[in-house]
Parts: sequence; structure tokens; C-alpha cells
Amino acid sequence: MAERQAPSPFTDMNTDQTADRSPASLPPVGRGRRHISPVSLGLSVVAAVAVAFVALPLLGIAWRTPWSSVLEQLSSPAARAALRLSVLTSAVTALCTIVLGTPLAWLIARYEFVGRRLLRAIITVPVVLPPVVSGVALLAVFGRSNGLVGRMLFDTFGTQLTFSPLGVIVSQTFVAMPFYVLAAEAGFTTIDRRFEQLATTLGASEKYIFAGVTLRLAAPALLAGVVLAWARALGEFGATITFAGNIEGRTQTLPLAVYLLLESDPSTAYALSMVMVSVAVAVLVALRGRYLRGNR
Amino acid sequence: MAVTIGGPSTAATPPLRGELTVSAAASLTESFTRIGRQFRREHPGIRLRFNFASTSSLVSQIQAGAPVDVFASADLSSQDRLAASGNITSAPRVFARNTMQIAVKPGNPLAIKGVGDLTRVGVIGLCGRTVPCGVYAASVLALNKTNVPESQITRGTDAKATLASVAVGDANAAIVYVTDVRAAGKAVSGVAIPARQNVRAIYGVSVVRGSANRAAAQAFINYLLGQEGQATLKSFGFLAP
Repeated sequence: MAERQAPSPFTDMNTDQTADRSPASLPPVGRGRRHISPVSLGLSVVAAVAVAFVALPLLGIAWRTPWSSVLEQLSSPAARAALRLSVLTSAVTALCTIVLGTPLAWLIARYEFVGRRLLRAIITVPVVLPPVVSGVALLAVFGRSNGLVGRMLFDTFGTQLTFSPLGVIVSQTFVAMPFYVLAAEAGFTTIDRRFEQLATTLGASEKYIFAGVTLRLAAPALLAGVVLAWARALGEFGATITFAGNIEGRTQTLPLAVYLLLESDPSTAYALSMVMVSVAVAVLVALRGRYLRGNR
Repeated sequence: MAVTIGGPSTAATPPLRGELTVSAAASLTESFTRIGRQFRREHPGIRLRFNFASTSSLVSQIQAGAPVDVFASADLSSQDRLAASGNITSAPRVFARNTMQIAVKPGNPLAIKGVGDLTRVGVIGLCGRTVPCGVYAASVLALNKTNVPESQITRGTDAKATLASVAVGDANAAIVYVTDVRAAGKAVSGVAIPARQNVRAIYGVSVVRGSANRAAAQAFINYLLGQEGQATLKSFGFLAP
């Protein structure tokens, strides 16, 4: 295992500045207002379609939400149970991703070792895997009747992950952790390592440098990663219903409740959907520095 | 019996062509797939496509304007609902019946003998409350005076998803259709429910209003009610209408 070369602090200080790395031979190209050409007009029309395509369905949810009775809908037993369960499980999932993901992200970011790329690829698979397949995969390992680890867990500790809130957390952590690890890795890679070197020359212990310098400098990236992972966990559907099941009050999270209520109680389904849209918007506002401003 | 409808009489008319979309209850997945293959052989000009989901999902889709030609449901009340909302043109025809069964792990390791045992086997799989198989399962539980708390029920989105909670998942039992247990092969075993404590599921089929290919839709329904369609349904464990 060899320590990776620290990126030069003069070119790679911050991820937000990647756009400024234009080839030195070309003059910088700004985003100034220039004349409107047919091409830019055409592109703008397509862009408007793209924006409408995403924005209209969101407005559609707001339109279908029964605003006059929304609190009433949200306080129905099924809705309250789903809200409580989702808040609880997604919060624990966020914690799990931090505890499990931070050391991994740090290793991948700082050390060059055989299989590092493979490791990163493996940890990223759940991002692109259909969530139902993630659920099937979890059953194959953590299922009580068919999973090796699951059977051992049950025989040894009497713990059954499936059909329990614990199983919901397992499903959510499986699909959400990559979002955190990738964001944290980027954070660890791009912090200015001269601060760590400086701390070393001042006689700081390795432990102090990691906690007081490295983690502190990477904190914005870590936080952004946690928020993303948490939002992904909150929206988890396929892996949860496949692995943890769909038990009211135990494993029926918000998305599962929305799907089932859509036929029996659409107004509650819309009210719950509106909650999730609001959370998604709030997440983006919280991360506005990273995603709303772009690279400007 | 409807055995005389359809059949060779169609040979005289010009061949049917075009697209045909059949929305069918999930419990019809295997049988309709087979029937579809036979139907295509008889009508090579028709491009037949199936859309399998829970009957209640299909109702929502059709009411939302999904371009569907034929609607085959696992109950008659869904047909009535679509008739009331003006979404079907023909009077629904009954084409099959079905009954419920308890699906258990292969070999029935927990020795489940009947519905009454379902209170003691941990989490069981049932279809969603508004899905026909969930409604039938609720009736079966009520007929057997068995009360399973909601905290012990994992709700499947349709009959196949509910069966999967036993076949691949960790549920020890589920109430599904006899035909689902049969179609699952070795993945599950079935525990019969005596007729007096069981319900009859009635399957209805109709032509959806706005169908762009009514002739083909009617031909499919005729085929379903005809000798071959009925024989295939029977081979999958469905009861005659």
C-alpha cells in the first residue's frame, strides 16, 4: 500500500473550481450575454422542454395535493406510521453510512493499492443496480431462509433482518452508502494537504491530524455526501419492499405507503408525495452551494 | 358453456391485423402467456402485447387513459367500476374461476394444516387490501374466524409479488390463488383450503372503450371463451366459468 501523491494545491484546491481548469493556451470563455444565434435559440427551446418535463410533474403533485385537508391526511394512522418509520430508518442509515463509509472513502482517496479501482467500482454498483435486484441480492445473503449470513444471524442471535425495521436500514444503507463514499472520497482527495503536512511539522499526532485537520477540512464534502445518501435512503422503494417486506408500521416506509395508498386512498398518497417533494427541494436548498450554483 | 363461440368461423373473414394490448391480472401471467402464443399462431397479423399487474392497478391505468384493448380482471367488481366510469364498451364476460390456497415453503416444514395455523407462523404474505387477491384473502380469514394482526402481514403489490414473499422471501406462508401455487412449481408447496371456508374468484373480461382494434379485441375474448382458451386455462388450474 503506497500513499498517493498529494494533488498539487495550486491546481486542485476545491472541487467547485473544476470549471476553471481550462487549457492554458486558450483564452477563458465566459458566459456573457452575446447575440442570440439560431443555434442558441434552438438549444434554448429544447432546454425549455427539458425544464418543463421535470418541473411539470412536480407541480402536478402540488396540484393534486389536498391542501385544505393535508394535515388530516398526514395524521392518518398509516401515514403517521410511515412518516415515523421513514424518519427513523433514514436517520440511522445516514449514521451507518458515515461510520462505515468514512474510513473506506479515506482509504480509497489516500492510498494506492492493488484493486483500489475495483473496490471503488464494487462500492458503486448499487447506484446503477435496479433496486429490486439489490433486494434480491440482500435476500440471498441476509435472508433468514435462503441467506447464509441471515441464517447464521438467526441461529446465533435470534435476529431476523427481513420484515423488521433493521432490514429497512440494511436495504437503505446498501443503496445509499455509495453516494456518501463517492462524495467523501472526492472531499478527501481535494483538500489542501499542506495543512496536514504543516500539522505534522508542528508535532501533531496522526490521530489529531485525521480528526482535527483532515476531517475538518473535508467536512463540507462529507456533509453533502450524508445529505445525498439520506435523501436516497428516504426514497428507497425496490430493495426495501423486496428484502424487508411491506408491513404497516414495521417496514412500510413513505414510498411504499404512497404506492399502496395510491389505489385505496389517493389523497393521502398525494399528501405524502408532497412531503417527499418538499424534502427533496429542501435538500437541494441545503446543498445549494454544491448543486444549485453550478461551477460558476 | 361458451365452447361454440369463436373457433374456425373466423377463417372465412379477412385476417385480423394491428396491435392488441391486453391488460390482465397478475395471476393470469402464465396462462395468458401460453394463450397468447396460441392466439398469435391463429392470427399472425395481430401484434399482441400483455400488460400484467394487479387488477386494481390496471383499473387505475385504464381510468387514467392507458391505451388498452382488453381488460381481464380477477374479480367482477373492477369490471363494474370501469363500466360505471364508462371505460368499457362490452358487458364483461366471465371466463374463469379460481380459489385460494396457502402457499408455504417447499415440503411445508412448519406443518401448516389450515388457515387457523396462520396466526402462529410469523409474518405471512397477503395482497394489498384493495387488490382482488387481498380482498379474497381477507374473506378467507374471516370465514375461518382467523385474525392475523396487521403487524404480521407483509402486503404484496399483486398475487405474484405476494407469492414471491414465500418463494424467495422469508414469509412462511401466503394466501394466494391455487393457480399461483401451481405455477410456482417447486418453489413453494400448497396447503388446500376446504371449499366451505374458501372463496371463488371470478375472472371477467371486456373490451375497453377507445380500443383502436375492437375486432382483434373481440377475437381475443372469443378465443379465451372458446375451446382452446378454456382448455389452456384448465391446464393451469383455473376452474371453468
